[in-house]
Amino acid sequence: MKYTFSNRLKIGSYIAMALGLIMLAAGFMSTPSSVEEAKAMVAASHADGHGGHGEADTHGAAHGEGEHAAAGHDAAHDEHVYHQLKNRPWSALYVAAFFFFMIALGVLAFYAVQHAAQAGWSPLLFRIMEGITAYLVPGGIIVFVILVLSVLHFNHLFTWMDAEVVEHDALLQGKKGYLNPTFFLVRAAIFLGGWIAYRQISRRLSLAHDKAEDNSNFKKNFRWSAGFLVFYLVSESMMSWDWIMSLDPHWFSTLFGWYVFASMFVSGITVIAMVTIYLKSKGYLEEVNNSHIHDLAKFMFGISIFWTYLWFSQFMLIWYANIPEEVTYFVTRIEHYKLPFFGMLALNFIFPLLVLMNSDYKRVNWFVIMTGIIILFGHYMDVFNMVMPATVGENWHLGIPEIGGILFFGGLFIFIVFNALTKEELTPKRNPFLEESRQFHY
Amino acid sequence: MASHYEAPIRKPLVLGDKGYHDVSVDIAGPVEGKANKQWWIVFSIALVAFLWGVGCIIYTISTGIGVWGLNKTVNWAWDITNFVWWVGIGHAGTLISAVLLLFRQKWRMAINRSAEAMTIFSVIQAGLFPIIHMGRPWLAYWVLPIPNQFGSLWVNFNSPLLWDVFAISTYLSVSLVFWWTGLLPDFAMIRDRAVKPFQKKIYSLLSFGWTGRAKDWQRFEEVSLVLAGLATPLVLSVHTIVSFDFATSVIPGWHTTIFPPYFVAGAIFSGFAMVQTLLIIMRKVCNLEAYITVQHIELMNIVIMITGSIVGCAYITELFIAWYSGVEYEQYAFLNRATGPYWWAYWSMMTCNVFSPQFMWFKKLRTSIMFSFFISIVVNIGMWFERFVIIVTSLHRDYLPSSWTMFSPTFVDIGIFIGTIGFFFVLFLLYSRTFPVIAQAEVKSILKSSGERYKVLRAEGKPLYTMPARGVIIEVEPEQEEVPEIAPQGQPVLQLLDRIGKFDIGSQIPDDLKKVKGIGPLMEKTLNKIGIFSFLQVSKMTEKEYNLLDSITGSFPGRAQRDDWAGQARKLINLD
Repeated sequence: MKYTFSNRLKIGSYIAMALGLIMLAAGFMSTPSSVEEAKAMVAASHADGHGGHGEADTHGAAHGEGEHAAAGHDAAHDEHVYHQLKNRPWSALYVAAFFFFMIALGVLAFYAVQHAAQAGWSPLLFRIMEGITAYLVPGGIIVFVILVLSVLHFNHLFTWMDAEVVEHDALLQGKKGYLNPTFFLVRAAIFLGGWIAYRQISRRLSLAHDKAEDNSNFKKNFRWSAGFLVFYLVSESMMSWDWIMSLDPHWFSTLFGWYVFASMFVSGITVIAMVTIYLKSKGYLEEVNNSHIHDLAKFMFGISIFWTYLWFSQFMLIWYANIPEEVTYFVTRIEHYKLPFFGMLALNFIFPLLVLMNSDYKRVNWFVIMTGIIILFGHYMDVFNMVMPATVGENWHLGIPEIGGILFFGGLFIFIVFNALTKEELTPKRNPFLEESRQFHY
Repeated sequence: MASHYEAPIRKPLVLGDKGYHDVSVDIAGPVEGKANKQWWIVFSIALVAFLWGVGCIIYTISTGIGVWGLNKTVNWAWDITNFVWWVGIGHAGTLISAVLLLFRQKWRMAINRSAEAMTIFSVIQAGLFPIIHMGRPWLAYWVLPIPNQFGSLWVNFNSPLLWDVFAISTYLSVSLVFWWTGLLPDFAMIRDRAVKPFQKKIYSLLSFGWTGRAKDWQRFEEVSLVLAGLATPLVLSVHTIVSFDFATSVIPGWHTTIFPPYFVAGAIFSGFAMVQTLLIIMRKVCNLEAYITVQHIELMNIVIMITGSIVGCAYITELFIAWYSGVEYEQYAFLNRATGPYWWAYWSMMTCNVFSPQFMWFKKLRTSIMFSFFISIVVNIGMWFERFVIIVTSLHRDYLPSSWTMFSPTFVDIGIFIGTIGFFFVLFLLYSRTFPVIAQAEVKSILKSSGERYKVLRAEGKPLYTMPARGVIIEVEPEQEEVPEIAPQGQPVLQLLDRIGKFDIGSQIPDDLKKVKGIGPLMEKTLNKIGIFSFLQVSKMTEKEYNLLDSITGSFPGRAQRDDWAGQARKLINLD
């Protein structure tokens, strides 16, 4: 049965996009145009007691006591704050753009694993996964455009792109061979090109297989998927160093790439489960039974724990070693991002652990949806925590531009994904493992 | 278990025309038969190595760990290297039994028993090293958090080495429980087949009084799932904590966050390599080729390839980030590994662990048994070097160039290592003769969906099982009609008897030929008619005799050869 994009959902996605655009635009409008204005804004927000950033005062005061000439330091500090406030809408845009892109990429990895492992339970869900990965093309292009704009100095998200900063920074000069605008964009283009290429090839083979007589497309898809996973293993790590880790250009962690992977993997699987349940609730996907949902929920549960494992490994080792240049990463987050930092840990670990532990609950659709929303929000906060401290510092908010970013990209994501789902039948016709997937129950 | 339907495109996991009874017979075979010469030879070698290791351990303990090659700078070398190597090998067992169970991988059933045995035996080896390293092993209980009255120490909970104590002992106990739970129905199977009272007694003790009721099975499945759920985080935790040892305590100021997942991948990598080494030999020695098939070897090779690539990715990440960090000490640590005096260790590690598994991308190579065996050995060597590189090359050049030095092992270091290899093989060889080396109950559970016999029947559209008709006498006077009339003195008969020897009914006692699989009461009568009465005669049959026999009887051509009557008869002679 072909899926028809329901009008309500379509209009909803339009509204979300429009509202998001307005809110983002408002965010861009409200950035300070001068250092003086920035000072006033920070002072106003403190007077409101909004966002719990009272500590910024003490922070400023502590700095004031330093050996710097107080006046000169204050000016530098104000300049800094000005840049951070200018960065805020850009960061909000970037976090949301990356988050939704990462979901599509996570689904693509999951999809490739299903092919490469010749899994028998999942073929019924292939069209859904392909629908979600359709977002890879527009989502990837948007992220790429933001990166290009960063390189063109429309914003200060990546401090290492500022030639003046690099000039005064011995460490950044050492990294110039890798962290330079041209190579950065070339790498981004290669990664995106590779991922999108695999997505298109695999989708084409998967569709062609339904019309073919033999299994040659199936075998080709298997090979492409295995090859893609190798490329992905390398490119995903490098992408996370480039696009996220280099926001804090002094900081480094070997685990970082895999940590980001866990985040995108669990978000992707969660979205597969949610889209599947939504379609089922509309009367589609009759053959998908609650064992499939159970399996997806198990993955949500398992990968959430895996994510926590990597989070803990990275945190514990850096905390234990207490090496200044590394530990500063967590010091910033614990000092200025206490609630989002530990809150996200509760959302991403404790919550799925407790809620999805019971196997019966994994088969209850609305339960999976509720948990999924929490997991997605938790991983949005994870990306938020990875990006914001480097770009806006203490001046973080979960306000109009941030919500606008989520609304805009969420709407776009829904529009693209569900539009892609209408293109083909929701169930593959002659995958060799299809019958296993149909009879799947335990 | 998932539904019983299996796509026809999947290859069978049990080869040959195997029914349920055949599985029992084949797997009980090595336990019920007698050990052959090769087994004794290998066992003796392992025992000698073990005893040599025991000698070295006694020497170490009575003299002190000064007999090792350690020095002030490299104060940790082979002992911890061996420890981690063994712990790593111990990973495949739990991965195969728990993680693959959760992923519903049916192929695990042919290999989980031996992999778990290997796990337990190698964790035992690993556990030896910290105890020996203590110098005063009689105070080993100090690593446990016991009240101060028992000693002067309260353990330091900040120490990763203490975490190791908990991680490894938990792992050992859970693995042991998991292993034994799976063994219960199989021990019961051997108990029920045992003829001699002593064996029956032993195996009934080992099987904890398993009865095979539905309730037993239900509890069995529940316990297996719960244990798998518990053991899966353990797979991650054990080597994670081992990796914390290195990530936090090798050399102050140096650490890398990728260690936990990369050590886990490395452990699975080395564990599968060891399973591969052991099973390629075992399938041959114990005649289990129908159960541990080339497909199993191929799948294990793929796991080796994947985990090897993950490890390779981690190596390269470390190298890159060391450069990227811009931290001089971080950079030097890796520069020294790759180009310092221990470059050979580093490049052996790289070649064995990253390069060699890439051959498995080629189907021809990963389905070649000899090549798989070779690579499995290479990987085991490489993984030993990996730990050596991390420990010795990090330590030997610390922050104070005046204390830079090299490490050279003494005969005691080497002796203890070889001793543990000997000990491991002693345990494994004893296991292979007394335990059901394949989880036969589990193999039976997938026989209908994945056994070749049933796959063929299904493909032909025939029923998998036909009920024998009841209330009807099936055999009606078969003797004269169905047995083809053979002139006892015919030419081929004489030829045949010439070759395999005559049997004198007057002076010798005829054997029960029906014990040979493939000889039924009818065939026995036919054989008797020809003049074949003893196993000795059957055991002398070769291809020529089989052909002669076929030409005489005219029934079931090729049957005798396929069932290997001669081989079976030889075994039966040995039994008596």
